[in-house]
Amino acid sequence: MREIKASAITEAIARLSMEANYELEDDVQKSLEAAYEREESPAGKEVLRQILENSKIARTERMPICQDTGLAILFVEMGQDVHVVGGDFETAVDAGVRKGYTDGYLRKSVLADPVRGGNTGDNTPAIVHLRIVPGDKLAIYVVPKGGGSENMSKIAMMKPADGLEGVKRFVTESVRTASGNPCPPIVVGVGIGGSFERCAYLAKKALLRPIGSVHADPFYTDLEKELLMLVNDTGVGPMGLGGRVTALAVHVETAPRHIASFPVAVNMNCHAARHKYVEL
Amino acid sequence: MAEHTLTVPLTKDIIVTLKAGDTVRLSGVVYTARDAAHKRLVDLIAEGKELPIPLEGQVIYYVGPAPTPPGKVIGSAGPTTSYRMDPYAPTLIEHGLRGMIGKGERTGQVVESMKKHGAVYFAATGGAAALISKSIHAVEIVAYEDLGAEAIRRLEVKDFPLIVAQDSHGGNVYREGQKAYAR
Repeated sequence: MREIKASAITEAIARLSMEANYELEDDVQKSLEAAYEREESPAGKEVLRQILENSKIARTERMPICQDTGLAILFVEMGQDVHVVGGDFETAVDAGVRKGYTDGYLRKSVLADPVRGGNTGDNTPAIVHLRIVPGDKLAIYVVPKGGGSENMSKIAMMKPADGLEGVKRFVTESVRTASGNPCPPIVVGVGIGGSFERCAYLAKKALLRPIGSVHADPFYTDLEKELLMLVNDTGVGPMGLGGRVTALAVHVETAPRHIASFPVAVNMNCHAARHKYVEL
Repeated sequence: MAEHTLTVPLTKDIIVTLKAGDTVRLSGVVYTARDAAHKRLVDLIAEGKELPIPLEGQVIYYVGPAPTPPGKVIGSAGPTTSYRMDPYAPTLIEHGLRGMIGKGERTGQVVESMKKHGAVYFAATGGAAALISKSIHAVEIVAYEDLGAEAIRRLEVKDFPLIVAQDSHGGNVYREGQKAYAR
């Protein structure tokens, strides 16, 4: 058994919430720099130039990259030999979000009731995806997720007969119709399989993979490559102004499915692909 | 693509010269409003009541800024997605609004109002929020403080970098641009 204090969890999440909002990970930064070199459209290139300048200002001055500092979404892998002491796990998580969003001058964008509103004032509650795994570590991804890109996300319960071609059509059309709304250049997370809700989870999990990484299974590596090409051929471009760089990456995550179902989900991330990781 | 240096208020004479794809540096007063504030304004107009802000010749920026850190005028302040304001924009344009700043394409009804009354839609770069905040030199809440980040604020901006996304003639940088680069 390894004890981890609830207060340590709170501190880590507070710190990651702020860092994720001020500083892009290296893979995202490099991908945006490469996109700037690659982009052929003058309007698109200017957008990327502003994005890169913004990244520098945000990092240097510790200001949010985007004013939409997002819902606090967390992916947690808790080792089954971890014993959280000194408080409840979920309370500690929300305390971390509260602290990070207050101390970091981050925007409070959460409404208590989805229909009747009422800002919660502290960006809680967090949304936590938890797995219990072997070992004694606590691994936490903090993923601030903005509304614009999230709003363009889609899920379809396709027929198995729709197959791979159905997936390609669905992903490409989702990106095309989203146009500039999710703030391209986007990172596209694709979930295939699982159940209705598991599929959506896969699509979001796919966003966490480093840009430049490929699927472990060559069959899906090929699909990722083809989807990236199809999505970039829509010509949507940076901020939808038209260009050759609509997506920085397409990542696919899969899971076994029911014989009669073929769920496919597309979760988009904007160019501010924000996530930070810690292992306690 | 032409470059324009503009100051608010915007007159119809100026607006008709702006073409989709032109770049703009905008200075002067700009009001902020999002979904909730728009609904309140449109309800006031329907009730024949006075509005808390002027509309004639003015520009509204769709933004909900991050909290202001110590020593700064405003927190990060990039655009929010404009289509959510599409149900409200035609009424405001009808009553004198000349410019809107946001991101993403506007729908047919808004475009029809823009053509009929002479108004323009500018796009700012989404997610370049820290950079954009440098163009904002003064901020004050003028209405709906209860809405927090979504309150109506009066901003004084200088050289706010914009692109004319949809002009008063039906020109549309999204349609034209995406067509040009699709394969």
